[in-house]
Amino acid sequence: MCTVCGCGDAKVEHSHDHDHHHPHDHDHHHDHDHGHGHGHHHHHHGDDLHFGQGIAGVHVPGLSQSRIIQIEQDILGHNKSLAEVNRAWLAERGIFALNLVSSPGSGKTTLLCKTVEDLAGRFPVSVIEGDQQTSNDADRIRATGAPAVQVNTGKGCHLDAHMVATAFGTLKPAEDSVLFIENVGNLVCPAAFDLGEAYKVAILSVTEGEDKPLKYPDMFAAASMMILTKVDLLPHLDFDVAKCIDYARRVNPEIVVLQVSAKTGQGMDEWLAWVAEGRRQAIAAKVAGLKAKLVAAEAALSK
Amino acid sequence: MHEMSLTEGVVRILEEQAATHGFAKVKTVWLEIGELSQVDPESMIFCFDAVTRGSAVAAGAKLEIVAVPGQAYCLDCADTVALAKRGDACPKCGGWALQVTAGGDMRIKELEVE
Repeated sequence: MCTVCGCGDAKVEHSHDHDHHHPHDHDHHHDHDHGHGHGHHHHHHGDDLHFGQGIAGVHVPGLSQSRIIQIEQDILGHNKSLAEVNRAWLAERGIFALNLVSSPGSGKTTLLCKTVEDLAGRFPVSVIEGDQQTSNDADRIRATGAPAVQVNTGKGCHLDAHMVATAFGTLKPAEDSVLFIENVGNLVCPAAFDLGEAYKVAILSVTEGEDKPLKYPDMFAAASMMILTKVDLLPHLDFDVAKCIDYARRVNPEIVVLQVSAKTGQGMDEWLAWVAEGRRQAIAAKVAGLKAKLVAAEAALSK
Repeated sequence: MHEMSLTEGVVRILEEQAATHGFAKVKTVWLEIGELSQVDPESMIFCFDAVTRGSAVAAGAKLEIVAVPGQAYCLDCADTVALAKRGDACPKCGGWALQVTAGGDMRIKELEVE
């Protein structure tokens, strides 16, 4: 259907060769309780789309109160705005937050327990654990000494920004700390939901298929880093690391790749250094913000 | 089934719009779904039917899905190319130095209301 006049000649057509365009300067809240008599139905929009079964074409003139409202709203907009609130909340406190995503069984929690143990005494770390049910994972993290809160999503397949905001209230992560958010084990849904994290980290164990980045491209496209876990098992497997990395770069040329074994400690130093650098940058940004505030306050004082 | 959450997002927007624009009922929703977005249109339609039943504004509304083709910018070709799915190579050079530029979003385009 034409989004300009509501005329309904319409199918989904993606490529027109005509080059005439509607000027987009008229009010988009027009009423459609009258019949249109267009003889020419090749209206064009910015992205060359015609769609839907038009309403004007099926209306009985004068009988309907229907009108068309153009709203152009992102359906993830609500979550995105909540995620931005979370991001600001974290930034103000110098907290470096990572959203860990993977299939179930990739070794996320094991990697996280090892990470928390290795970081103990260096700086504060806390964890939000997302699962459909049970508090087993939060229990495992707490056993390592770090504060953790379990978010059970029930039937839900992913954490969303609202759940994480609620978890902030319970967990009260320390200023200048690192917050790990372990998402529900699922390589599909969590890709779409920003939680306010600095980065998504996709975790893939070498006991899975090396083609997972191609099978679940949305997740690897959304992630900034891919960690290959359980690499101590590589001698016993046919997993082709180079091929896996190549596949990941096909969907995301920028993705950083680490190879880690929580069991042997291989690659842990590199991972921990990356986390520490992320935290340093988060705190540096907070300090810069505080300095700017101080300068403004001093300026106000001297007036 | 994140389509359920997404559909709930759609209904939330419809209810907000009803308050803003002063309409009582939505008859049709035109939803643009990018080919590279993380959503399955069939599930969306299934969930929409279930979710709208609980909303006075949205109950009985029809969902029209409009596919938006995927598009990327190839850094090697320095050109915009069509991309049917993530992980596909550039149709011109066969490389993967692609940045998605269109077809990654899910948006409500417009509403028929009364």
